[in-house]
Amino acid sequence: MRIDPNKCVACGNCTYVCPMGAIYIDPVIERATVNRDECVECYSCYNGLSQEHLNPTMVRTVRKIFKMMRVRFDPEPDVCPTAAFAPEELTWPRVVRRAFSDPRVPHESTGIEGRGTEEVKTNDVSGRVKVGEVGFTIEFGRPGVGVWFRDIQEMSWELARAGVAFEKRNPVTTLMTDIGTGTIREDIMNEKVLSAILEIKVPVERTEEIIRLVRDVEKRLDTVVALGVATRCDPDGEERVVAPILERLGYKLERAKTNTGLGRITNLANPAPSAEVVAR
Amino acid sequence: MTNTLHRYGDADSFRDDYVVFAICCRGMNDKDSVPKLRRFLEMALPFKPVNLGDSRHGGAFRASTSMHPTSHWNRDMRPDFQTVIDGLNTMTTAAAVFDNRVAAEDFLKSVKAADLGLSVNISTSIEGAEQCCHEADACRHSVGYSLGFEGRTEHLPNEDVLKLSTMCGHGMVSASFAKKMVDWVKEGRRTPDEAATYLTRFCSCGVFNPSRAKRILEEARTRQK
Repeated sequence: MRIDPNKCVACGNCTYVCPMGAIYIDPVIERATVNRDECVECYSCYNGLSQEHLNPTMVRTVRKIFKMMRVRFDPEPDVCPTAAFAPEELTWPRVVRRAFSDPRVPHESTGIEGRGTEEVKTNDVSGRVKVGEVGFTIEFGRPGVGVWFRDIQEMSWELARAGVAFEKRNPVTTLMTDIGTGTIREDIMNEKVLSAILEIKVPVERTEEIIRLVRDVEKRLDTVVALGVATRCDPDGEERVVAPILERLGYKLERAKTNTGLGRITNLANPAPSAEVVAR
Repeated sequence: MTNTLHRYGDADSFRDDYVVFAICCRGMNDKDSVPKLRRFLEMALPFKPVNLGDSRHGGAFRASTSMHPTSHWNRDMRPDFQTVIDGLNTMTTAAAVFDNRVAAEDFLKSVKAADLGLSVNISTSIEGAEQCCHEADACRHSVGYSLGFEGRTEHLPNEDVLKLSTMCGHGMVSASFAKKMVDWVKEGRRTPDEAATYLTRFCSCGVFNPSRAKRILEEARTRQK
């Protein structure tokens, strides 16, 4: 993202709305400026701020007069008065930032917006996490801290060493050059994103081991980690296996995402191939 | 939807926060899903949601690309549900946000009766979701627990700000902006209602709960620390 210096009037509204705090008023040029290293191309500024199309010269003049008179004016806090944001054409590898940070952009690998994975949201149809299994979503950078891929790889390496399998229908997994070792492609190591999820599943007996491993690795990372633990309920809708393990580990369970089991397969099955096609 | 899973707060703070969302599974039930998703949103209207959302196009409170000087004094602060419903034109996640359990329960009953075939999830306190499922006679299939935030938590802001900013799990509501709104409410520069609306406009999938935000801002205004 860039800010057009010819339009910007340095009102400062955008400095607050940037989730990464990557926008500041440059005192030399007196314009809002984007720190490109920290910007994750989430487009929150561009999509979230309403746009006015005022004349920049007029606005700067009015602001200068008010400033001289020590008058605090009270503009709407979610408006860019001169529509100064100008999205850039992103190329590889920087485009990865937007793919993981702008929730409106679907991931090419999975076709899903946001963090690009269905997890157990569709488990009633996909059967992704089965009885006796536990699905983990290990999310980095959330909330509002951001993460570099090199930090994600620290975790993926350790998980791979522990012999866990990464979910294939997950955008981070698709960026691995070696799923067996958890190695992520080298050319995106220095890309920062708002958040990204490593997704794994293990037999329920390994729940505690994985949580302890994650806790151990996250101490070495310069970001925050949000851990989600998913499991199947019993046929009567109760969950009696994983919650007691988590509570024993000291977690106070407050919030959950509950799949209500209303989904079903509705796509018609692919028609059987004709005898002629089979013969070929 | 992990973007609703990791909201900050204890179970009691989710008493006015029920996100019900529908999603289809690629290759399994995604054919002809658009009219079903739209119907899901339409069915929410009688139960008075506080927000509706489509992950691709946004929620019921959106930024405007054509503001002009006079619009500062007469901005429409009301949700526009019809725009969300009409704008849903592709396979996505559709969400309805309620600020009370009875509305969420009744909506879930209605969705179950409609038998759309889509996966339907509730994101709220564990007990709140259990009660909704019980009332709607829906048998919970799977559950995803939030274990909260770990690691370098010294990077995180204070509790009030965290409660507000994590209502957009995609991170579009920045901590700085949430802090600014708390400060502005304390200073009397804006009402909690207005501040909540500003924040809601930044959530790009419509799951931000303006009703809970308003309560949090009210509580922050008078809290002594």
